[in-house]
Amino acid sequence: MDVFLFFLFAAVAVGCAINLILQKHPISSAISLIGVMVSIAVLYLLLGAEFIAAAQVIVYAGAIMVLFVFVIMLLNTGAEEDGPSNAMSNFLGVPLIFVMVGLVSYVMMQIAPSAQLVTFGSFTGGKAEDLGILLFTKYLLPFETTSVLILIAILGAVVLAMREVDE
Amino acid sequence: MIDLAGGGVPISWYLILSAILFGIGATGFLIRRNIIAVFMCIELMLNAVNLSFVAFSYMWRQVDGHIFTFFVMVVAAAEAAVGLAIILTIFKNRGTLQLDRINSLKN
Repeated sequence: MDVFLFFLFAAVAVGCAINLILQKHPISSAISLIGVMVSIAVLYLLLGAEFIAAAQVIVYAGAIMVLFVFVIMLLNTGAEEDGPSNAMSNFLGVPLIFVMVGLVSYVMMQIAPSAQLVTFGSFTGGKAEDLGILLFTKYLLPFETTSVLILIAILGAVVLAMREVDE
Repeated sequence: MIDLAGGGVPISWYLILSAILFGIGATGFLIRRNIIAVFMCIELMLNAVNLSFVAFSYMWRQVDGHIFTFFVMVVAAAEAAVGLAIILTIFKNRGTLQLDRINSLKN
């Protein structure tokens, strides 16, 4: 069952990701990205990360993608047009990305123990309780710094919006 | 090698899936011209990295990887808010979202 679920949702994730970069209209790309995020959430559950899976659906597929879809709706620019393509990025960048993926896959096959199989339920450390304890003891300073980061992000968004009003 | 009825897949397959998703995101970053689509490709790359954090967390039986994923999500949310505000401002000033039309520094 674990193998079947992994292959099903890995295939959905890769298929949606390829659809994301092939679609010409931004809204189709956004729907594909939601598909990728939901299937990655199922893979998180298989890896025993319950809290992260819930946060993935709520924060990523919910909040962030709604923001994207809202901006696409607000700007309503239609499909993207074909422009002059950059030969450097198409004929050097894309093959180099494939080389990078191949190298990373090779290294992962070498370092990760292939005898250790991922089975659902064998690692239960990802509960909200465990994350909360770690977040408020070992990672307290980064957690508090995050609040400053979000405050700065709010200020930045408000300043950018105010500049529009001035014009 | 792989038993379809029981058991599971090796942990390296999750890491390879993560690398493939990252590669697809980087490819989209290079070939797409719409600024919103490029931004969505960045989100896809962040998601791929999160998957490898959770897989490593499973591999070492430690929750620290989940904490990193949590922080990446927080940073991605802040980044999306500021980035989309910048995109709105660009569209208001230029009237286009095509990346190759936003080239005032070139001339």
